[in-house]
Parts: sequence; structure tokens; C-alpha cells
Amino acid sequence: MNQNMTQQGVQQFRLPDVGEGLTEAEILTWHVAPGDTVEVNQVICEIETAKAAVELPCPFSGTVAELLVEAGATVDVGTPIIAVDTGGAEATQAAEPKAGAEAPARQEDDKTEEAGEERQPVLVGYGVKSGATRRRARRRPGPGRSAPTAPPPPPAGANGADGQARTLVLAKPPVRKLAKDLGVDLRAVTPTGPGGTVTREDVQRHGRATPSAPPAAVPAEAPEPAAAPTGAGSEGREERIPIKGVRKHTAAAMVTSAFTAPHVTEFLQVDVTRMMKSVRRLRERPEFAGVKVSPLLLVARALLTAVRRHPGINASWDEEAQEIVVKRYVNLGIAAATERGLVVPNIKDAHAKPLPELARALQELTETARAGRTTPADMSGGTITITNVGVFGVDAGTPILNPGEAAILAFGQIRDMPWAHKGKVKVRKVTTLSLSFDHRLVDGELGSKVLRDVGTMLENPEEVALAWG
Amino acid sequence: MPVTTSHEEPELIQLLTPEGEFKEHPDYPLDISAEEMRGLYRDLALVRRLDTEAVALQRQGELGLWASLLGQEAAQVGSGRALRPNDMAFPSYREHGVAWCRGVAPKDLLALFRGVTNGGWNPDDHGFHLYTIVIGTQALHATGYAMGIQRDGALGEDGSAVIVYFGDGATSQGDTNEAFVYAAVNNAPVVFFCQNNQWAISEPLERQSRVPLYRRAEGFGFPGVRVDGNDVLACLAVTRAALHNAREGQGPSLIEAFTYRMGAHTTSDDPTRYRMSAELEEWKAKDPLLRLHTFLTRNGLADEAFFAAVEEEAGRLGERIRTECRALPDPAPLDIFHEVYAEPHHHIDRQRAEFADYLASFEGADAEGGR
Repeated sequence: MNQNMTQQGVQQFRLPDVGEGLTEAEILTWHVAPGDTVEVNQVICEIETAKAAVELPCPFSGTVAELLVEAGATVDVGTPIIAVDTGGAEATQAAEPKAGAEAPARQEDDKTEEAGEERQPVLVGYGVKSGATRRRARRRPGPGRSAPTAPPPPPAGANGADGQARTLVLAKPPVRKLAKDLGVDLRAVTPTGPGGTVTREDVQRHGRATPSAPPAAVPAEAPEPAAAPTGAGSEGREERIPIKGVRKHTAAAMVTSAFTAPHVTEFLQVDVTRMMKSVRRLRERPEFAGVKVSPLLLVARALLTAVRRHPGINASWDEEAQEIVVKRYVNLGIAAATERGLVVPNIKDAHAKPLPELARALQELTETARAGRTTPADMSGGTITITNVGVFGVDAGTPILNPGEAAILAFGQIRDMPWAHKGKVKVRKVTTLSLSFDHRLVDGELGSKVLRDVGTMLENPEEVALAWG
Repeated sequence: MPVTTSHEEPELIQLLTPEGEFKEHPDYPLDISAEEMRGLYRDLALVRRLDTEAVALQRQGELGLWASLLGQEAAQVGSGRALRPNDMAFPSYREHGVAWCRGVAPKDLLALFRGVTNGGWNPDDHGFHLYTIVIGTQALHATGYAMGIQRDGALGEDGSAVIVYFGDGATSQGDTNEAFVYAAVNNAPVVFFCQNNQWAISEPLERQSRVPLYRRAEGFGFPGVRVDGNDVLACLAVTRAALHNAREGQGPSLIEAFTYRMGAHTTSDDPTRYRMSAELEEWKAKDPLLRLHTFLTRNGLADEAFFAAVEEEAGRLGERIRTECRALPDPAPLDIFHEVYAEPHHHIDRQRAEFADYLASFEGADAEGGR
């Protein structure tokens, strides 16, 4: 029952549903910080929902152990937002939001199929956004259970999009739900109910007769050995993962970008043996004491230098104003893979940072992202981006632009390769750079020059730095 | 033809001014002891604390919803304390102060808003009907109940009267107006107690009526009066008189308690989207507790020790409510089938069995179909 307890004396307060059926809220401001003493009902933060901005009173008294959600973040109802050390005094008391945490589960799962962000009318207030996360209980696999999960029928068959005439099937909503769960196409079921309706039994009988649901009724990992007499029991061969949070955001951003900006990608292989030596030498310099110096740092510096020489690459397309906006500053985005998914925070005014400062900013950005504390502000206003796909052990890719930016540079893995060096074949450190750009505002010439500049600088960082300043 | 709206300034029955000065009213003499006055203050303070605690509990996810009575304590406590044990009250959903006066346990009120019961208390035990969420329907229930009293011959000094609570928004409802018609023509012993808190959710009063609400009674054929809803003494005196008249067979009356909803309509509402803060400030000066506090202090009817004791009692009440609320048991999903009909019914039995099977098909389900 009490899921809020984490350890002795420390209790978590989960975001409640403060407005009858809300699924998420944005933390506007925190009024307390770790180490602060809080009383029961003391206002700890302000949140904004689809309906209202409201203050949340603390359900415990104690000392704030941790703020689990950054101000500015939007989180689902039920997410722990603050940990309070109550000194064990209230260890048996829960603050599990009763109405809140369960509200999404009560939603009709049919609604998950509704697209978009339309607000649904509610009795009081301003409506909740659809398309938000909804959870539901998982059906139990194994024998004796009449309604195990199975993959839903192929969408084409289910919605008639395959051109098949849509026949009207009469069935009550729970029966439709059952059919969906069993992967049974209702049109194929022989109805025996009153008025030609399909009954629960009809669906179950059909489900047994025609294993349109996976015939491997019980997967290897299921504990129960035998199939149930009433239906096939299985966790299914597919897993349905709700699209939400970072994944949802990433998808929207990628689709917008891919279908708005005509992408061109160019590739360049570069001998970075010298650059690797530079990296090693830099690590020993006092300016970089306590700071991580990585190849990525020099790639960032090289891109910033290239931007200075070719400002047109650091620009955006303003469709509305019919203008190209060339930025005189660089907010350098760094794509980071985190547990929550892909985030692209950026280093503000990276162009104005000396190398040690850039190194520190890069380190800080990476650590913040890994800890899942990247705020929306950290991610907004980027002008150009680097994605370090090399960390995954691949050479190149055709990266998709961060929306609103004109270029993105992918930095591949650095590996030993046979390479023509000073007239001989030598084993050298080689990497591949891939630059994608928005062909609306960047021509092949400009894109090539930028990529060539980055490559030249990485091949010979110290001399080029001297030559280009 | 121009609509004639105002004959004169609406008269407001007031015994205690916002500054805490007592003024006698010739039509509403108030017979009350100092102890009773302190009791009223205690009621107001405890009811306010109950409300504050419930709002906090909702914000902490312990309640699904709460309708705050902040600002309306005097209208509810004054009228609630005017009731006798054998009277019957029909509330809407904000009458926590009346519930308090009728002895309904705070946890039973919270249980409804926590969603663990469909009712919460036995109306017969308290002379206090269940909360009605649908706007205005309880006016018809109350009128019917009053007509029942009439037919039972239970009127007179030792008899019963009925009071029904609703808001300004309900006066625009058909049900309320139908109740007015029925109560009037049947001379039913019912007091219509309208808490005009100025806002029907986001709809201001001027968009609902061209005349002061209490004047509507005249058109239906019974008396109406406007009382200062933030004056607990006036509310007590006026309601006592109206209930007395009803018991004595003089028929229905309408009391418009002129007050203000200081909080949101419910916890799902954000009043800053439609109300000016200046209006709120204006009403803060008319606070129902403040004026009684001033009056009691100034006239030596209560000392600091009394107020400190009330404050402490309120604190304990808050803690008790918090603890009790969290301890409220969840009903089993199948319980709902018990409360459809008084007698067993085969349709319900079948549905219950089907639902039990369905619940049992979920992971982690226990044998009783619980969670």
C-alpha cells in the first residue's frame, strides 16, 4: 500500500491529481530547498495543471532530503516530486495520492487512440489534454484466466484500411475490449447474442478455435506450464509502450524537422592522430586541471571556429517572416543519450568561451543530462548541434536536424585504420564526420566548406588554431 | 417596456457589523447567552479549520475533490444552529458547516470526497440529508419531505420544519423554481436558504438575476429576506424566525444569505481566471470570524485564554481529520453492487458475478476481487 516509503524515515510525496482527472502537471516553482525544515501543510511548491496553478502543501513534517523534479519540468501524476526526511516519526504514514495515482488507470483505454492535444471538456475548469499518459493494469498470464493479453490485430485489418468493406458488428464495449485483448477480429466471430450481438462467449470461443492470437500461448518465460482452457494466456510477442515524455517529444521534433527541412548529409574521413596527441597534452595543462578533456571538446572547438568563418551555417529559417536568421552567437547543442531518452541541451554562448571554460561547460552539461536534471531552458534556443555517435561504436550517420537549426555534426568513432600518411600506408587514428544541413538555407558549397574546416582543424589542431586564431 | 428592477436599496438584516458592533433589529430580537456566543465562535473556527485541512488533503492527493466553504462559515453555522434536532436539512455539497452543527463526523464528509463512499452518513441519524451534487434538485426533495411532515400532522411548536441549502446558481435552475411553486401552493413547512456567494462557478450574480434574489419569493407567494451571510448572529436570528413560522404552519420562506466564496468553486477551479482580486480584498474586511472575535473581546465575553483554547482545539481537529482521512478504508470494487437495490436482484447478482470474474483476470487480483 505504502509505495512512498523509500528508506527509513524518508518519505516521498507523489504528484497528486489536484483537479479530477488530470494526468500531468508542471512544477512552476519550489518554495523549499534540500535541508529546509518543513511543517505539515507548509506550501512547498506551485504547480500548473491544465486547469489551474495551485500551491501544494507538504503532507509531512521533517527536513527536505531532495527535490526530485526540477522547476519547469512537466511530470505525470504519481511521480515522486520531493523526498522528506521525517526522522522515522511518521514512517507508517503514506502520502500516496489516492485519487490521483489511480485516476489515469480509470480512463477508457480507447482514448489512447485519440490523437492530438485537444482539450477534453470537463464539468469544471478548462479541460484536460488528451494524448497524455494513461496506465492500465496488466492482465495476468496463465491458466484459469479468461482474458490474457495478446497482440492486437494488425491495424489494417482492424480498422478496415486495407480496403475491405467495413461491416457493422454489434458488441458491447467490454466485449470489444476482450476481442482486442485476444486479438480477435470481431467481424469474423459468429454472433449468438440477442439481436445478433457478439457475446463474450462468442469471442472466447472464436479465440480458442482460431488462434489468430499467437499460437505460442504460453511463452517460455511464463511460469504456468499449460494453456488455459478458456483462452490463450500470454504476455504476447509484442510489448506496447506508451509514447510519452522524452520519447514523445523526440518523435515530434524529429518528424517536424525531417518533413520541414530538406536534409543533405556530407561525410568526411579525417586522420585525428595529432588531435589525440593534443587531447593528451591539454589534459596535462594547469588550465584543465579537474576538467574532462575529450576529443568531443576539440570537435566542439573546431565547429565553433568553422561557424566563425562561415556564419551562414549558424542560422535558422523563419518561414513566417520569410527571412533567414543568422545568429551572431552560438548555443552549441550536444545530443546526449540518457536513461530518459535523447536530450539535446546546449551550451549558451559557446562561441565566447575560452577552451577551458568550454570544457567545463561541456562536462557540466553532460553530467546534468546523465542525472536527468536537464531543464527545458537548457534545451531551448540551440543554434547548431553535435551528436557524438562514436560513443556507440559506429562511424557515421545521417543525423536529423534539431528543429530550428541549420546544421548538425555527427562525430563517429575514432579507430585505427590503414591510412596514407607521408607517402606510406600507416596505422592512424581515423574518424568520420557527417554533417547534415538544411538545404533551404545552406548550399552544398557552404556545407562542404564548414565540414572541410572542421576536418582540417581536427587533422592539425594546433597549427590551424594558430593560423585561424 | 423598461424592466423595473429596483424599488429601493435591498434591506440587509444585520445584527453584527463588520467592525464587530451589535445593533438590535426590531423584527429579529436575539435571545442568546454569552456561552452560546462563544459556542458560535468555536463552531466558526473549527469549521474553518476542517475546511482548510480538507483543501490541503486534496492538494496532497488524499481527496479527489473538495468544495471549500471559506467565507461562508457564518451563514452555515448561524442557520445550522437555528435548527432543532427534529428538523430536517437538505444540503447541496458545500454545507460542511451545517453538517458540523448536525453532528456529522468530519471523516464522513471526507469519505465522500475521497471517493470511498457514495453517501457517508445516515440522514435519519443527523436530520441531515446526503450531499446533492446536482444543482438544485434537493429543493424538490426538501419540499416533498416538508409536504410529508404536513401530511403526518407533525407541525406545531414541537413539530418539524425543513431547511434546504442551495447557492445563487441554483436559483436559475428549473428544479428550484418548481420547488418554490410547490412549496408555495402547498404551504409546505420549508425554509429555502440560499447562500448567495456571488459566483456560480465563474458566472457572476448579475448574469443570473435582474432582481435581488430574495425578492423572487414575492412572485411565488411567500416572504423573502436578505441577511448578512457573514453575520452569524443575524443568520441565527433570521433562520430561527423562518423555521418557527414554518413549524407554525405559515408556509415557506426564502432567506438569501448575502456572502462571498473566498476560495475556489472547488479544488478543480481557478478563480483568478475570472475574479478581480480587489473584490476578494473587499470581502476579507467582512470576515465572519473577525467580527465575532472583536465583539466578544470588546464586550468582555471571551478572553485570550478562550481564543487560545479554540485555536488549540482547531489544531487538534486538523490533525485528527488528517489521520482519520488517511485511515479511511477503500471499498472493494464489488461493494457497489450491494447498494443498487435494498433487496437482492437477479440482474445485479449476474452483473456482480461477471464483474468478479473480470476483476479476477487481472494480475495481482485477490480472491475477493479487491486490488
